[in-house]
Amino acid sequence: MMVSTKVDIPQDTILVGIGTSPGIAIGESFSLHRPRMSAVPVPIHPDEVHAEVEQFLNAIQEAKNQLNEVRDNVTDQRLIDHLYIIDTHLLILEDDALVEETIRTIEKNLLNASGALQQTIQKFQKIFDGIEDEYLRERRSDVDAVGDRIQYNLAGEVRQSLKDVDRKVIVVAHDLSPADTLQIDRDKIIAFVTDVGGRTSHTSILARSLGIPAIVGLESATSLVPRGVPVIVDGINGNFILNPSDATFQEYLKKKQEYEYQSSSLLAYSQLESVTKDGYKVRLNSNIERPHDVTVSKEQGAQGIGLLRSEFLFMGCAAPPDEEAQYQFYRSVIEEMAPLPVTIRTLDVGGDKFVPEINLTDEANPVMGLRAIRFSLKERTLFLVQLRAILRASFHGSTQILFPMVTGVEETRACLSCLNEARNQLLAEGISIAEELPVGVMIETPSAVLVADMLAKEVDFFSIGTNDLVQYCLAVDRGNEHVAYLFNPLHPAVLRSLKMICTAAEKENIPVSMCGEMAGDPFYTLILIGLGIKELSMSPFSIPRVKRVLREFERSEGLKLIEKLMMLSTVSDVTHYLEKEMFQKMPTLFTPPEI
Amino acid sequence: MVVSKELLIVNRLGLHARAAAQLVNTANQFTSEITIEKEFEQINAKSIMGILLLAAVCGSRIVVTADGEDAEAALMKIEELVNDGFNES
Repeated sequence: MMVSTKVDIPQDTILVGIGTSPGIAIGESFSLHRPRMSAVPVPIHPDEVHAEVEQFLNAIQEAKNQLNEVRDNVTDQRLIDHLYIIDTHLLILEDDALVEETIRTIEKNLLNASGALQQTIQKFQKIFDGIEDEYLRERRSDVDAVGDRIQYNLAGEVRQSLKDVDRKVIVVAHDLSPADTLQIDRDKIIAFVTDVGGRTSHTSILARSLGIPAIVGLESATSLVPRGVPVIVDGINGNFILNPSDATFQEYLKKKQEYEYQSSSLLAYSQLESVTKDGYKVRLNSNIERPHDVTVSKEQGAQGIGLLRSEFLFMGCAAPPDEEAQYQFYRSVIEEMAPLPVTIRTLDVGGDKFVPEINLTDEANPVMGLRAIRFSLKERTLFLVQLRAILRASFHGSTQILFPMVTGVEETRACLSCLNEARNQLLAEGISIAEELPVGVMIETPSAVLVADMLAKEVDFFSIGTNDLVQYCLAVDRGNEHVAYLFNPLHPAVLRSLKMICTAAEKENIPVSMCGEMAGDPFYTLILIGLGIKELSMSPFSIPRVKRVLREFERSEGLKLIEKLMMLSTVSDVTHYLEKEMFQKMPTLFTPPEI
Repeated sequence: MVVSKELLIVNRLGLHARAAAQLVNTANQFTSEITIEKEFEQINAKSIMGILLLAAVCGSRIVVTADGEDAEAALMKIEELVNDGFNES
């Protein structure tokens, strides 16, 4: 239902933010009016101290009641897990550091409650801003949210609440506090957009749990969008469209239906076998980094973990995790996936994070610097700890180990010798490890491609990391906006590299898997089948999409396609040909080439 | 009675919001005065803001001191919580 309001917003105005929760919603805007309550510091007379303190304590009590009410009304199972945020806010309201400190300021400085509270909060903000750890620094927002709530209560203002919404709307707000988001009723609030926020803010996480489309970081949405305007939220691309024309409206209605149809029908593919029409099997694995990703992987039908990134374990930690902590982490993933295989990649980051003595920030070319396997081989002790942890965990299920950014045979042998040393240590200590532990290397540097035939004699499998391979092969930093357009996996040099890797592996009879973005994009699936890559590892959510395409093809089509593509000499020729082929084969899924 | 012990923060997120709330709630179950020290800062374990401001990331060492009748029990409970990584998954 569209409410037409007279507005002077031009048709099809598009604001672009960060899409943090996918999906499309079309509806009427509801601007949540929530002006920032600025404190009003007023000096008071000693006689007024008592009344002022009383008023402050009442405002605190009221805030507690409000939060308790929010908590009591949450029944949505998806939100219950997040209620700890409210608990944190309640504890802040009970904290003497806030309450006593403010009362002291009222009494000593003869300042009214609003001004005294402002002083207390500002003091905390300053300390929080000095915290180095990003996640802990962000907790400042919790203190701010509590402070705002008390200021509102002191001013006797009633905060407009999402609870009061009485029909289906799209909420437009400067920011939503966790308490606001917890009050969202999915039957009424079909999407929301905010001016501030990032992908990892409480609000974004909650939107994904609720499964409603959301965009954050729109900067000026609240100042531009009045209430009751027709709007469209595209949470996939982060586009917020105001006052859509008929054509845009129709376009998005179609997109919305497609998206909804696909998300419901796609999941059905998770149970189907991953095989081409002519019986060629391709294993579809998932790339994960956290233990709870295992559940999602299984739901989406992953046949294994093709890439367990170990970096996550090391992030936000002052010291590298010890052997026991790493072992527990790997073991939990391996046990949960068993009997399906898990491939663990050793640490793949720059070393400056963990060894302060090595200051890498001055490296002119960090991507070509001391990172990944180079760092591990330099910090042998750390490396051995990780290898020991992986070996111990391997006893609990099918495990493979993968070394990142290898450039040649020497490095590969150095890795293997470290692995051997770790193995011997454990055996001498009488600790059980898996009898069989396939070892592979990532092929992601041009040098590894050029000596792939030699590397294939040293290891049990290859895994192609396309993101880095394309970047190093084409000498393109995709983060650099001036050259990012050159980043393209369809460059003939990349295709030739892929072909070389596969030929070398085939000759030594070792399997090749792929774990970059290319692996998870159905547009490339037929090429990869043609090349003979038998395992693709991707984000769990891509698995059903790739499988759907895979099941429509025959291996022979892939072989023919790759033969043809290898003869084309420019990126645009290759792209054009592939687009034409894919569109002809599956017109409902792919768009035809632009002429 | 005063008891004291050095503990290592092992959970990945450190003393973040959820962990801090658990710590305060645990400390509140006891009548003892409980303090936490990190480097040169000392805070009251019953104050969530104090704990958040301590900014104890994973890998930091804290010294927990409890003073009072139920000091030993309090320290034991807190030690358990910290060593279990606040049951963080």
